Amino acid sequence: MTTPERSAADSAAVMKPDHPATEDLWSGHSRFLAFWELAIAVILAFCAVVTVLTTLGIVLVLSIQTVEFFMESKAGILEFLLSTELKPDATPPTFGILPLAWGTFAIAFGSSCIALPIGLLSAIYLSEYAPRRLRGVLKPALELLAGIPSIVYGYLALLLVTPVLKAIFEPLGIRVPQFNALSACIVVGVMIIPLVSSLSEDVLSAVPRGLREAAYGLGATKFEVSTRVVLPAGLSGVVASFILAISRAVGETMAVVLAAGMLPQITLNPLESLETMTTYIVQVISGEASYGTAKYLSLFAVGLSLFVITLGLNIISGLVLARYREVYQ
Amino acid sequence: MVLTTRGLSVWYGAALALKDITIDIPRHKITAVIGPSGCGKSTLLRCFNRMNDLITGARMEGEIRFNGELISTPGTDAVSLRRRIGMVFQKPNPFPKSIYNNIAWGARINGYRGDMDDLVERSLRRAALWDEVKNKLHRSGLELSGGQQQRLCIARTLAVEPEVILMDEPCSALDPISTARVEDLMDDLKADFTIIIVTHNMQQARRVSDMTACLMLDETVAAEIQRTGILAEFSPTDLLFTNPKDKRTEAYITGRIG
Repeated sequence: MTTPERSAADSAAVMKPDHPATEDLWSGHSRFLAFWELAIAVILAFCAVVTVLTTLGIVLVLSIQTVEFFMESKAGILEFLLSTELKPDATPPTFGILPLAWGTFAIAFGSSCIALPIGLLSAIYLSEYAPRRLRGVLKPALELLAGIPSIVYGYLALLLVTPVLKAIFEPLGIRVPQFNALSACIVVGVMIIPLVSSLSEDVLSAVPRGLREAAYGLGATKFEVSTRVVLPAGLSGVVASFILAISRAVGETMAVVLAAGMLPQITLNPLESLETMTTYIVQVISGEASYGTAKYLSLFAVGLSLFVITLGLNIISGLVLARYREVYQ
Repeated sequence: MVLTTRGLSVWYGAALALKDITIDIPRHKITAVIGPSGCGKSTLLRCFNRMNDLITGARMEGEIRFNGELISTPGTDAVSLRRRIGMVFQKPNPFPKSIYNNIAWGARINGYRGDMDDLVERSLRRAALWDEVKNKLHRSGLELSGGQQQRLCIARTLAVEPEVILMDEPCSALDPISTARVEDLMDDLKADFTIIIVTHNMQQARRVSDMTACLMLDETVAAEIQRTGILAEFSPTDLLFTNPKDKRTEAYITGRIG
């Protein structure tokens, strides 16, 4: 049937226009189509590669400088990771990252204790309970919190939260220092609430209506529908918002510098001053550590540790998702 | 009579969706609700289990009784009503959980104290799905085919032991073979449950139902302004399809309108 002659005749027939009267109205695609498509692919690939290359470059610089730090400071990796002493100006200097890691963990943990429950519950309220009109007002209002510069949160901690804490605790005979971890946790917690609530709300609202109806149809209450159908179905997004918020708390700098101070120590008392990795970096950079010294190079070792922690959080979230995700169509 | 309505009207906001419906649904029979698009078939169905309560602006007047008990007042406990009047939806909507948990979920929230494994097996057997899924109860319900998913949804509804099962075009997303299986299933379930099925498919109504209610658009109002459904005729199915009393029903079932 499809001999070569036959198909040639067919394609000739196709090329002959069926509507000669309107044929010249159709100019078709540009003759540079193939070139244009190629150019677009190259531009897009370039943009994608730029981000990857930037990340690789940062990791490379951090790693090289970190190696240099270990050579310059004579500190071993074990000492760096396990020593509880951070005294870069002492002779001989000690570079133990544990006090900074503790400070970072304490602030991240404390602020998460505030932000994760409040953020998640407000997301559930907005998505499942709030009347549509109220949600239209509340959601943007919550998102405004995310637009406040973090330095503002910092001085709010110093000028508002800490005085309130003083007023509460000092009559009880508990001294509250000007710089303390609790006020940092409170302001960082408030700062990251919108990350949790806004993202989680998006995810919960996107759960198909049919699932809710199915649950209601079986005699479920609104609370059961919200927590036992909608929340599990949107869990992946909720966990993602948690991780994002925690990463933000780990990386937060200005608010913590102003609220928690710069005293590297390991303490369980939330009313003590702390120093986190990021505030240490601020301290060293704003101080007079000269280029090439161990103190200066320790910046990179701390920066690399921070990077590893954030990467770890991402990996953990990936594992959590793989385990608990309920996929809906 | 298991469900009765008297002068039931439903509004969505200002729009009258159903006008003055008076109907008696007989026990352990299959009642089909047919009629052209937008005439309020689903709305009527969703009045029976108070599903319209979930829609903001929905409002009803008139009365609905379930086993003689008034269920149309604002004070009615819609949550416990919905366990006794179950619902199967147009698009199969299993939970993104395992097959087992799809069945067990409703029983758990309703405080079922019996043997859960037994309930799951019984419900799946009743929904004619057991043999196909008994070896993969802990796989996701979403891995099943569309027809199996719909039978899973039926099994899930049966698990909470309702008296009435409302089916809102349960086969419209299914292929003919799956449709036939669901129809066979409905026939089996009739002995223990009262079924009300909304369907677009008149052949289906004719095949499965004992009674048929035909809804029509109220022609005294232009359809561009609002679409209001009224009950044109409610008769035994064979009578309604062979000898309709109402002119509009006749026109609809012979394909002249809708």
